[in-house]
Amino acid sequence: MAHVRVQAEPFEAGREIAALAEGRRDVGAVATFVGLVRDLNEGAEVSRMTLEHYPGMTERALEEICAEAAGRWDLIDMRVVHRVGPLEPGDAIVLVAVSSAHRGDAFAACEFIMDYLKTRAPFWKKESTLSGERWVEARSSDDEAAARWSGAGNGRS
Amino acid sequence: MISLLYFASLRERLDCAREDFALPPGTPTVGTVVDRLRSRDGRWSEAFAPGRAWRVAVNQRMADLATPLKPGDEVAFFPPVTGG
Repeated sequence: MAHVRVQAEPFEAGREIAALAEGRRDVGAVATFVGLVRDLNEGAEVSRMTLEHYPGMTERALEEICAEAAGRWDLIDMRVVHRVGPLEPGDAIVLVAVSSAHRGDAFAACEFIMDYLKTRAPFWKKESTLSGERWVEARSSDDEAAARWSGAGNGRS
Repeated sequence: MISLLYFASLRERLDCAREDFALPPGTPTVGTVVDRLRSRDGRWSEAFAPGRAWRVAVNQRMADLATPLKPGDEVAFFPPVTGG
């Protein structure tokens, strides 16, 4: 049921959200997250960012994350769009949109998908700063955010 | 034969994106292949040194050193992911 896309082109968040409700009358909530490129990271000014990924595995990993969300919450549909290639500060990198009958499921699943995407989907960021190019290091706070969901029950403790 | 793929900083450090690799005899695992890679030269032994953060996927699923390998497998090595 999930719709997953990896693309170099920009996406339009409004169109993605509209697609979730199109032709349906049972959608009561759509929760969305949009991630953007910041101009400052680890104290350095970022002029450009390039996103690399592992074609094939990326799509599969995103689909598996969505399937796991569908097993945990009562969801109607999901869309994940992730950009690759060169990006600039202010550009949108990723969109996660989740529809459900009630907001609680949509909110929780949206955050869960992002937390898992950050630690499980094979994307890598390279930043251009004034002092040259550098690969972005993985953050332990992202691992901790993903680990919140692995406890007993539905979602956070 | 198996395919080895390298991504992001690991690809740059090793100056290699992809190679064909003869599967060692016996019951090879990811660990068997990593041992062979470590024995290549300083660049390779450093990239795969114990304690260095890298991840491995076999046939596009996350794997580990104990994952068994068979002819035709696609094994990818990469740094911890940083998408989103």
